[in-house]
Formats: sequence, C-alpha cells, structure tokens
Amino acid sequence: MKEKIRIASGQGFWGDLIEAPYNQVTKGNIDYLVMDYLAEVTMSILQKQKNKNPTLGYALDLPKLMKRILPICKEKGIKVITNGGGVNPASCADAILKEALDLNIDDLKIAIVLGDNILDRLDEIIDSGCELNNMETAVSIIPVKNKILSANVYFGAYPIVEALKKGADIVITGRTTDTGLTLAPMIYEFGWDRSNYDLMAAGTVVGHILECGAQSTGGNFLGDWETIENFAEIGFPIAEAYPNGEVIITKHENTGGRVSFETVAEQLLYEIGDPKEYITPDCVADFSSIKLQDLGNDRVKVYNVKGKPETEFYKVSCSYKNGYKAVGTLTYSWPKALTKSKIADKILRQRLNNIGLQFDEIRTEFVGYNAVHETLAAKIDENIINEIMLRISVRSEDRDSVSRFGQEIAPLILTGPPSVTGFAGGRPKPSDVIAYWPALIPKKLVEPIVKLLELR
Amino acid sequence: MKIRLIEIAHGRSGDKGDAANVGIIAYDDKGYEIIKKHLTVERVKKHFEGICLGEVERYELPNLRALNFLLHNTLGGGGTVSLKLDAQGKTLAAALLRMVLEI
Repeated sequence: MKEKIRIASGQGFWGDLIEAPYNQVTKGNIDYLVMDYLAEVTMSILQKQKNKNPTLGYALDLPKLMKRILPICKEKGIKVITNGGGVNPASCADAILKEALDLNIDDLKIAIVLGDNILDRLDEIIDSGCELNNMETAVSIIPVKNKILSANVYFGAYPIVEALKKGADIVITGRTTDTGLTLAPMIYEFGWDRSNYDLMAAGTVVGHILECGAQSTGGNFLGDWETIENFAEIGFPIAEAYPNGEVIITKHENTGGRVSFETVAEQLLYEIGDPKEYITPDCVADFSSIKLQDLGNDRVKVYNVKGKPETEFYKVSCSYKNGYKAVGTLTYSWPKALTKSKIADKILRQRLNNIGLQFDEIRTEFVGYNAVHETLAAKIDENIINEIMLRISVRSEDRDSVSRFGQEIAPLILTGPPSVTGFAGGRPKPSDVIAYWPALIPKKLVEPIVKLLELR
Repeated sequence: MKIRLIEIAHGRSGDKGDAANVGIIAYDDKGYEIIKKHLTVERVKKHFEGICLGEVERYELPNLRALNFLLHNTLGGGGTVSLKLDAQGKTLAAALLRMVLEI
C-alpha cells in the first residue's frame, strides 16, 4: 500500500482552462489526474450530438488533451480518471486509443464505465413500477416522457475502483458523481473497506473540494481576493491523501492562487444543502464534522470527517425540451441612461403587445444598475451613471413568438431614445430551453458495466 | 454599533435547481457568534424580499464558522429555464454581505 497519493484536479467544468491539466502533469509530481466535464446541460447536448452521429457524444476536448499529455502520463505513471465519456464512453476511448497509436504508444489500458445511460430503458423502468417521480415536486415523469432528451444515473466511485483493479491507465466514465472521481483512487490505493463510511465521507469531501477546479485555490474567492497573487497562472488543487483518511489540499509550487482555510471553506459551502446530509452513491457525508487546519505555505489539512451508510437509490438526471428563449441587449449612454433604458423597455413591450405576442415570461434587467442584486441594489444618481445595458429576455413554447421578439430589438435604435449602441451581434435567435427532471431509482435496477480496452 | 456583514464575513453562492445556496463564513469566532445570532431565517428572508420567493432554510457549520442558507424559488426556474442574468445565483453571497447589522 502506498503511504500517500497525490490526486490533481485538471478541470472544473467543460470549458475550464485548457492549460490546467497540462500544468498539473508537468509542474510537479502527481499520481492521478481527475477531470470533471459534465454539467446537467452538457448531457443533453452530448445526447443530441450522438443522435446525429453515433460516434459522437463525448467531450471532444478530451482526446486532444490526451494526445498532449499521454506521453507525460506514461512516463510518470499518472493515471487519468474522467467523466468526459458523456453519453458515449466507448467512442471516447476509441478516439484516445487512436491518438495513442499515432504517438507510437503500444501499451495502454483504457477502462470505460457504462450502464448509466437509461434513455433507452425508460419504458422498461417505468413498467417495473418506478415512475421516476420528480424529486422536487413528486410528480410522475410519464407526462413529459416523450420530450426527454437524456436520462442518466449518477454512479459513484465503485465502478472506477473496479476499472483501476483491472489495471486501467485511463478510466472514462459517463455520468459519475464529481466526488466519485476523487474518492475512487483512494479506495483503490489504500484498500478502504466500502462499509467504513467515515473514510468514504473523507474521500467524498475531498472530491467536493476538487470538483470545481481552482475554485478551492483562490478562484472566485470572495474574501480578501485582491491580495491573491498571480491569478493568471493559478494552480489547480491537489489532494495529498493518506490511508487514514486525512488529506492535505495544496497546489504545485510556483503557481498562482492560494490554498488557505478561507479558500477551502468557501468551496466546501458551494452548492450544498443540509450539511449533515451530503448524499452520494457511496455514502452520506456530514460536512458539519469536517475539520480544517491551515498549515501555511498553501497547505490545508482536512480531517475528522464523519459519514453514514449510502442510501438504496441512485440519483437520475433527465433533461427535456421545454420551449424557447431569447435575450436581447442594447446599451444607452449618459445623460439619463437609466431613464432611456426604462422608456425603451416600455416601447418594446407595447410593440410586442400591439402585435399580439404572448410569452410565458418576459424579463427586463438594467445591467450596471440592478440586474444581479435586484431589490438590494443601492439607489443611484442618474447624473453620474455613465451607461446602462438594457437586457430583455423572453421565454415561450412558441418558437415564432420568440423569433419575432428578436426582430423587435434592433429597430429601437432608430425608433426610440437616443445615444444607444451595442447591437453588433445581429438579431437574438431563439435557443432551446432544456429543463431538468431529477429523480431517484432503486440501485438494484441499474448495473454499472466496466470494460477494459487494451493496446498491446 | 452598526457594521456591514462584509466586514466580518465572506462566502460563496450557487444553484441547486431553482433554489440558491448561500454560504456565509465568519473570519473569526467572534464573527461567528454575531452571524449565528443575527442571521436568522426571518432576517435573511426579509433581506431577500422580492428575490427569494420561497422558504429560507438555515444550517449551522460551527466547524467552519459558517452558516448555509437555502433560498427556495429564487432563480427564475433555474438552469437554462431561467431568464435571469444571474441564473445560478453566483452573486447572491455578495448580496447577503450587503446586510447592515446593529451589534
């Protein structure tokens, strides 16, 4: 058993810094590189791509990245774990194997985790009596079933552990919890017993700290952020994990950012509900038990984590199409920028009304005044406002209405208040609204499948 | 004495469906006692009047000198349904830190 392992986060979301995973494998020593690519909206996009072309449906950035880092990972013995397989881990693995062949790498094992995609099994699952009721509203899924674009179960760490046991150098999964990506190598390397829930919770908490990339190393830090050095070369988090479940969060030397009690605490609070009930497929972690000790030099110890047994359910996330929306913006300058924006909004609404357009929602925001803090925004003196961006958005089931709204924005420039600009992007186009349907499914109804693909 | 919450605490916010989560962390133990006492469910609900249209839940994390709030029915439907510029509630921690406390 290893005395410690170093697990590095290379990506906080699909679209994160492209240099981050490269820096993680080159700027110091690590044993594992973990990368989260999947947000809820990503799954529906990937499913659409796969519907059009059965060899797509995964994070296309991933094979490109692997081409760049594979030789380094092979040389240093770094294993890669990622959920970038999306709705097509097999094609993703094929693409990476192809890159490996091009690089003359002739010894590579890639494991894929399948079984999370239940889109084709919805009828069978519903017929078996599991109506996939909405977790928030308790309504049955049946009325929206025909509009569903994607349906995926969140697997935990275990399929990845199995993949590592098979000797995988790279593990490509579909929908897996972000926390499972980090917990898995700890279970595998330290031989943790899956019924030791304090250890499961310890690894889960560390997964939560790593899952948003640099958001635990100074990025988006609301404390004294102005004193954080070198954002430009910010180091992504590294978890130095020990067999007893204690972990030190750190980052490579000579990188920017900061790891402190405060930066880690902010990430621990990110997107959590009841801190005593952080539910994953692997355990229920108690975030109120976590202790942090700031060791200085960008090192924070995480210990004393308590956990409880996992539940009998997996979470399922379905996406379905729910109409269209469009957003239009115009910018008004001093003098009286806010008044001009308000009058332009009124004119637009009257015109939409006059042509009989109805929307499920129409929303007006004054960017530069109160768009984000709304009623909490401080009142401002119109004489000192330099400019306001008027942002108007609509949502409707009817695509034509949304499209027509887009045609009514630009005319305001010549037919409304003066000193207006910012219409370079063309008419706002309707975009699909994708809604989510979170549900629970008994674990016994889905079985993860782990396959090993080998180059020899 | 009047203080603004941002003088004694920091935080982070994000989305959970149509609910926003707002975590507030005090810089020291004294600050934690102040936020624990003053940031009641009622006070936070009033602060976000017109923004949070549902219930407010409050959780204590003394280990991190922190409180976590769940603001239900706050993000205009959440996800891609929402028309809000801040559809994910990313700026709501800062919005809570605007609060002025009489201590």
